[in-house]
Amino acid sequence: MTTTAIEARAVTKRFGAGEITALDAVSISIAQGEFFTLLGPSGCGKTTLLRCIAGFETPTDGAILLSGSDITASPPNKRNVNTVFQSYALFPHLTVAQNIGFGLKMRGDDAAKVDKRTEEMLALVKMEQMASRRPEQLSGGQQQRVALARALAPAPEVLLLDEPLSALDLKLRKEMQSELKRLQSETGITFVFVTHDQEEALTMSDRIAVMSHGQLQQVGSPREIYTRPVNRFVADFIGETNFLEAEAKGDSVTLSTGDTLPLPGAGTGPITLAVRPELLRLTEPGEGDLTATVRDSVYFGTDWHCHLLLSDGTEVVARMQSPPTGESGIGKGQPVGLAFAPGALRVLED
Amino acid sequence: MATKPFSVTRLPGFGAIAIAAFIALYAPIITLVVYSFNAANSVAIWGGFSLDWYRLAWENDQVQQAAIRSLVIATFAAGFSTLLATLAAVGTTRRGRFKGQTIIYVMINQPLMVPEIVTAVALLILFGAIRTATGIQGLGYLILAHTAFCIPFAYLPIRARLEGMDMSLETAAADLYATPWQAFRHVTLPLLAPGILAGAMLAFVISLDDVIITEFVKSAGQDTLPTYMLGQLRRAMTPEVNAISTALLVLTVLLLTGFFLITRGRQN
Repeated sequence: MTTTAIEARAVTKRFGAGEITALDAVSISIAQGEFFTLLGPSGCGKTTLLRCIAGFETPTDGAILLSGSDITASPPNKRNVNTVFQSYALFPHLTVAQNIGFGLKMRGDDAAKVDKRTEEMLALVKMEQMASRRPEQLSGGQQQRVALARALAPAPEVLLLDEPLSALDLKLRKEMQSELKRLQSETGITFVFVTHDQEEALTMSDRIAVMSHGQLQQVGSPREIYTRPVNRFVADFIGETNFLEAEAKGDSVTLSTGDTLPLPGAGTGPITLAVRPELLRLTEPGEGDLTATVRDSVYFGTDWHCHLLLSDGTEVVARMQSPPTGESGIGKGQPVGLAFAPGALRVLED
Repeated sequence: MATKPFSVTRLPGFGAIAIAAFIALYAPIITLVVYSFNAANSVAIWGGFSLDWYRLAWENDQVQQAAIRSLVIATFAAGFSTLLATLAAVGTTRRGRFKGQTIIYVMINQPLMVPEIVTAVALLILFGAIRTATGIQGLGYLILAHTAFCIPFAYLPIRARLEGMDMSLETAAADLYATPWQAFRHVTLPLLAPGILAGAMLAFVISLDDVIITEFVKSAGQDTLPTYMLGQLRRAMTPEVNAISTALLVLTVLLLTGFFLITRGRQN
């Protein structure tokens, strides 16, 4: 039995004189204790949605509910929701401890309670030694921890994170990713995380909402999003994908190459199929489902990427752990067979 | 060979012109300061070192009253103008760009653009009418006039400080349960304090050495230090004026040094 922490009901946000639509009737429901990620390229509306939840923006239309009560018209200071800002926005004139205690103090907690909670938070993010420092004396990673502690200190119902890791270098980013997961499981607070980094989204989230042009494209677990993308945008944005144009004929499809493959429930009419490169396998010429010519093969250490040309000129990429024809790789122009793993063909909605 | 980039310091005569410019700037002031220590009764003929003129100026009732009046007016004018300038600066910068922003800036900085003599005459006429109509006398007119022309000087450093401040700080405060007033009180104001102090000091200095508007607006017996000195010059000139000028110069330099240190120290 899960309860809903945040619900957006057909939230629309227009800027300017209404000519820019940042959010287009977005409806979303985020469960209590979930690590939920809003993923999409810049300008897709993910940050606007986050700012609507925080109260920094007022939706043009629609409603936002926090634990079932409508907070659409509440100012940010009346919402039991805290934000970790992309720029951290630490108060430069306050110490680390004062920064962390700020929310509690503003809320009117007594000094003893503020001090106790601040110490707990300093311990949680392992910053006890830095309590009396100023933000400018901290490294980027340390500032990040203080920003997290400050937002977690008032024990919000929901923590909003606006691309909090984008300013960190790769190594620190990996560290903070697991740190964030640890903090989330220790506190049990619902995290709503905004990122444009698909890998970050896949590795950290319980569920992901993929957004584009102010609209939700797909909501699901990282596995669902990756293995069963509903449309071309999602398939293309998350991971690498081959697109094959085909004609659906009931329970089979005819590819642009003229080959016909069985595909139960394919429907009828022209469709686009998505195939992940790791679900393609090279075979001896004449075997497999299709014939192809090797254009190039690139060694990546963990795997090989084979660029292939189908008989009609369509380019596809196949990824495999070892080259099929020995350690030297496969020669350019060599004809090969191509086999699809079971369930590899996904019919896209558009 | 690569040609050296153009530099004004390598032009012929650069050194000589620079020295001439510095002499033009500082020779009169040095002369003024030197003759304030003159034992003789002249501002041009040296008669030995003495602090007599400082003592005389210090003991002169008129000088004392003018000095106190100057400080009172400068204190009130700096206080009021800084308060108004702070409100104006917060109102014009803590928000996105808006229509007519430039016009607002220009209007706030009006005293920097209208010739001072015009403002002086305008105030003379306006205050004259008010005096006649209400019979109210006092220093209030001078304080009001000084407040008005001090506003842009207080406004500029405060606005500069605000423009360098991340807008997301107030957003973060609001996110952390601060009401708009608490956000201003606990975040904006402490961060703005150096700008406010700098603005107040600049306004104080500007008020302290104003002559033109004061000369027009003041009633009889309302001399400030600069207008008193102007009055003295019409009679016999003694090094007492030099002594007062030097004291005023020292005070101004101290305040402006403070202003410089505050604005520089907090910028990085």
